[in-house]
Formats: sequence, structure tokens, C-alpha cells
Amino acid sequence: MNTDILVLAEHFKGEATEITFEMLGVARTLAAALHGQVAAVVIGADTARLAARLGAADTVLAVEQAPAAMMSSESTVPLLQQLLARRPARLVLVAGTNICMGIGAKLALRLQWPYVNFCKAVNATDGVLTFTSLLFGGKILADLRLPDNRGIVSLYPGSFPPDAGQSERAPTVEKIDLPVEAGRVVFKRLIEPDATDVDITKQEVLVAVGRGIESQDNLSLAEDLAAVLQGAVCASRPVIDQGWLPLTRQVGKSGMTVKPKCYLAAGLSGAPEHVEGMKNSALTIAINKDAAAPIFDVAHYGICGDLLEILPVLTEAIKARKGA
Amino acid sequence: MLKMVPDVVEELVVAADGKSLDQDTLRMILSEPSDHALEQALLLKEKHGGRVTVVTLTAPEVDEALFKALAKGADQAIKLNVDQTVVGSLATARALASWLRADPQRQAPDTLLLTGSYAIDDLEGEMGPCLAEMLQWPFVGVVTGLALDASGQKVTAIKEFFGGLRGEYEVDLPAVIGIQAAARPPRYVPIAKIRSFMKSATLGAAGVAPPDPAFALEISRMYVPEATGRAVMVEGSPEEASRRLVEILHQRGIV
Ligand SMILES: Cc1cc2nc3c(=O)[nH]c(=O)nc-3n(C[C@H](O)[C@H](O)[C@H](O)COP(=O)(O)OP(=O)(O)OC[C@H]3O[C@@H](n4cnc5c(N)ncnc54)[C@H](O)[C@@H]3O)c2cc1C
Ligand SMILES: Nc1ncnc2c1ncn2[C@@H]1O[C@H](COP(=O)(O)O)[C@@H](O)[C@H]1O
Repeated sequence: MNTDILVLAEHFKGEATEITFEMLGVARTLAAALHGQVAAVVIGADTARLAARLGAADTVLAVEQAPAAMMSSESTVPLLQQLLARRPARLVLVAGTNICMGIGAKLALRLQWPYVNFCKAVNATDGVLTFTSLLFGGKILADLRLPDNRGIVSLYPGSFPPDAGQSERAPTVEKIDLPVEAGRVVFKRLIEPDATDVDITKQEVLVAVGRGIESQDNLSLAEDLAAVLQGAVCASRPVIDQGWLPLTRQVGKSGMTVKPKCYLAAGLSGAPEHVEGMKNSALTIAINKDAAAPIFDVAHYGICGDLLEILPVLTEAIKARKGA
Repeated sequence: MLKMVPDVVEELVVAADGKSLDQDTLRMILSEPSDHALEQALLLKEKHGGRVTVVTLTAPEVDEALFKALAKGADQAIKLNVDQTVVGSLATARALASWLRADPQRQAPDTLLLTGSYAIDDLEGEMGPCLAEMLQWPFVGVVTGLALDASGQKVTAIKEFFGGLRGEYEVDLPAVIGIQAAARPPRYVPIAKIRSFMKSATLGAAGVAPPDPAFALEISRMYVPEATGRAVMVEGSPEEASRRLVEILHQRGIV
């Protein structure tokens, strides 16, 4: 039996996001293994323009909606459920992003299908599908099977090649009219980040601090180091949540995606949500007192030790080198 | 809704069955987003009044987390008779939903149900959206700001997207909100105060029918990931390691 795959395209400000192409690439692999077809669903305004980019799908199902609508589980889940009633599929791929959070879990419950969260690898050897989930902040992996290859899979952003989901082909677009329910969750406005602070995405060198910095006073150790490297200080979520640095300095899933020449990560564990935002740095150096911290799997160089001791010594060593 | 999770600072050991974690070696702590959810509830109570109830399933160390919540200002702490360590998110949501349904007071029109946005042990879902779906209440997750509307019938929630972009939503009550971070960091409470609550306060207990674990996933294997690109470790004293690091930075044209 053919297994059709549905991909819920994610878009933001009128553009398909990178995860959409990652999902389409995965869908193509799954479709090849299961002899199925790929359908992409776009829900939003100006679906024709969005659909034209989704040629990796065999069909694009376009559900036109008012411009102000912002993707949310509240509005999307009922639409997907109606769509699936008309266009049966056995696998639904959703984005493991903040925007789409909740869509997969709710849809799974409505359909009584299993749900795989945090999927970072898919294997489709001999028609047998295995989905690998990342658990416990990246410390454990689990290989999962879906009975009858039926289920909903949330793909973790940045885990799959987006190129595999790009195509110049013009897809077949089918417009679908579906009634939109008046929501109990109303999107009011988008809040842009404060533009007056340093733009960490434009820095060549970043000194990133995590919870290991322990107090606001210790931040000066990172600032001194960033100063001699002509870079800026950024941080993981717990440091921002403490209010020690502004939100504009957060790197990761909810924060900025950075790609500096050098990322020096001190006292942060390397949780997947953080790594998502810095994994393409040209050179990553990690300082952590826990030799087993996952950040050492991402970094090129590592020092196992106390950052409070190492940062000032490193700052002095750089000063000395520059003076020489 | 408070959840206990393994402390990932400790080494995690896969059990002999190869499909679960070895419970004996786990150290359980309160999930960080849960702690933020409690803080946000206490902040709302301080501003608008109302009552804060914390609810958990049965789990190691959970009593201490509940007494701590009472010491911080929660009005009531309730532990359900379902063992958290053997059920997934979905069954957890079922257990919590049946507790909520058992008394109409618990679904009053001004009820705000705060969960942590995500816990780190998720395999098969997210508790908040599942619970919202079961109760047919609205849900917004990854929330970092929450305010009660003047009418008392709505909340304004700020949800994080990415790149520092956030969205403002208006949500009708009753609602389930997944808290990512409270408006301020979780408050500190001295151990002595927690101890005194342990002596004087009592935890409520409630029984619900064992939740149905239907349409669960099949786990074929759980394992510690093999390091793919392990960092080259720079050894030696801080001085020696720093000197070597400066050489590396120099070679790369950074210093
Ligand atoms: C939906 C969602 C979105 C998220 N978005 C983001 C995001 O955008 N950015 C982000 O960063 N996180 C994000 N997170 C949170 C993420 O899951 C982690 O909780 C967070 O990244 C952990 O930060 P950390 O590494 O600083 O802290 P921890 O994980 O607590 O790590 C601290 C590390 O410091 C080390 N350490 C302690 N003291 C010292 C010392 N003296 N010297 C050296 N090392 C020391 C410890 O060994 C430990 O490894 C998000 C989570 C969710 C659920
Ligand atoms: N066993 C539980 N008892 C109470 N609350 C829970 C439980 N499991 C999950 N939650 C709540 O749901 C949030 C998200 O958990 P999860 O869906 O497992 O990621 C947690 O932070 C808790 O607030």
C-alpha cells in the first residue's frame, strides 16, 4: 500500500522557513522508501507565492487565510484534521520550532496516532522506518518505530539538509477551501528585538557564557576577554532569563543564529536548543568543568576546567601575545 | 503542574532493557520550566489575588518540590496517585485531565493552567497542548510574558519565535499556557523555611483511574550518542592551556 506523506510548510513574514525544506527533503526519502507521494500544506495568505517554492513536493495543498493570521496550534490543527479527512496520509511531518509548538501533539491526540518529538535522524532502509529522537538535553538518543508507519513526526530544526528539499520544479497546486474557526487565541502583533544593542550576528568573535558564569559580577570576566578579542559577549538562555544580559544577546532556538569566525563558549552545557543557534561557527572553543558536557561534541577545541579561573588567564595571555 | 526530571548534570545510564533509563542512578530535580511556571503563577497571585495550586504525579523527590512550592507561596499542593516514572506525556495529561474533571471548581471560567513549556525528557509529546486538547481549552506555549486582562476573562501572552522575535497573543480563559520563562527568575526560599513547611504543612493526595497509555510509540533502543566530532582537549594548567589556545587563535588569524 502506498504511504503518502504530508508536510506542514512553515512560513514567517511571507517566506518559507528553512525547516520547511528540511522536512521536504526528509519527505522525499520517506516517499522513495514507501512508494508514496509527498503533499505539502501551506496555510496562510498569498499561498500561491509560497507554493511556487515547494516544488520538492508532488502536490501543494493551499489553504488561503486572512493576512493577519499567524501559525498556531489553535488555528492549524482543526484545518489539518479536515484536510486529512479529505486527503488521507499516513505520515505527517511538522516543524519542531517554537512557532509550530503544540501542532503535532494536538493533531496526534485528535487522530489517535503516535507522535515522535525531537526527531533528528530518519532511517528508511528496506522500507523499515526508524526515527531517532534526541532526549535529555542531547545526552540520550532513542530509536523509535511507528506501528504501520503511521504517525506524526516533529523534525528538529537544523538536523537535515535543506538542499534536499529545494527544487526548481513548479509543483501542482490545489486550492482548498476550508472554514476557519474563530479562535480563542488571537494573534495581536509581532514584537521586534531591540535594535539599539550590539548585533551579535555581525560579530566575528563571540564570547558566550552559560549558567556556569554563576553571577552577574562574573560577567566582567567575559567582557574583558571579548574586549581583547574585539568581539562581543552573548549567552545561553538561563543567563538571559536572570536578566543579566538583554534578550538580543541570546543565542539559540529562541534567540539569534550566529556564525562567527570564533565562538568561545564558557560554562554552557551545549543543550540542543543552544547548539541550534551556533553550530555553524567556523571555530568553536569550549570551556566547561564537566568533561562529559555535550558542548565538547560540538567544539573544535576544549578546555576542561573552571571558567572563573581560566577566563582571566586567557585574557592576559592574549594581551601578552598582542603586545609581543 | 510541576514535573520532576532527571538531573542531566549527572551521568545518565541506560537500563539493562536498553529501552529506558536506569531509575536507580537518576537524581530527580524539578524541571526548570515547571519552576518558572510556578514563579509566574505566584507573580500573578501577588498582583491579582487568587489561589495557586500545584499538582504533580508521584515521583522521586517530588514531596520536597511540593513543600518548596508551599514555602514559596502556593496555597495548596496535590499529588496524584499515578507514578510519573512509568507514564509518558500523554498518559500524564490524561491523569491530570481526570483530576481536573473530577470537580467543576477546577474548571472555573477564570482558571489559568500553567505548565512548563517543555521538559527535557520528551519522547512522545508535549503535556500542555495534550491537556488543552483534552479539556478543549486554548493553548499557547513558549511563553515568556503573561498578564491578566482588566476584564479577568483573558490573558495577554508573549510567545517567543526565534531571532529575538516575539508575538503577542490574546487568549480566552480558561486556558493552558506553557511557560518558558517567568517575568523574573524563580524566587529563592531558605532551606529552613522549607523544613518548617515539611513539619507543619500537609500535601493533598488525590486518586485518579490509571491513565490509558494508548497509541504509544515503540522504542527499539535508547543509547548514549557516540561523539561525532569530539573536541581536541587542550590540557595543562590554566596558564599552559591558555598559551596553547592563543597559538590556535593566532593560526586562525583571530589574534
Ligand atoms: C522551546 C525552548 C527554547 C529554548 N531556547 C533556547 C535558546 O534560544 N538559547 C539557549 O541557550 N537555550 C534555549 N533553551 C534552553 C536550553 O534547553 C538549555 O536549558 C540551556 O541552553 C542551558 O543553558 P546552559 O548551558 O547555560 O546551562 P546548563 O545546561 O545548566 O549548563 C551549565 C554548564 O556550565 C558548566 N559549569 C558550571 N560551572 C562552571 C565553571 N565554574 N566553569 C566551567 N564550567 C562550569 C556545567 O558543567 C554545565 O555544563 C530553550 C529551551 C526550550 C525548551
Ligand atoms: N507528571 C507531571 N506532573 C505534573 N505536571 C507535569 C507532569 N508532566 C508534565 N507536566 C507539566 O508539563 C510541562 C511540560 O512537560 P512535558 O510535556 O513532559 O515536556 C512540565 O513542565 C509540567 O509543567
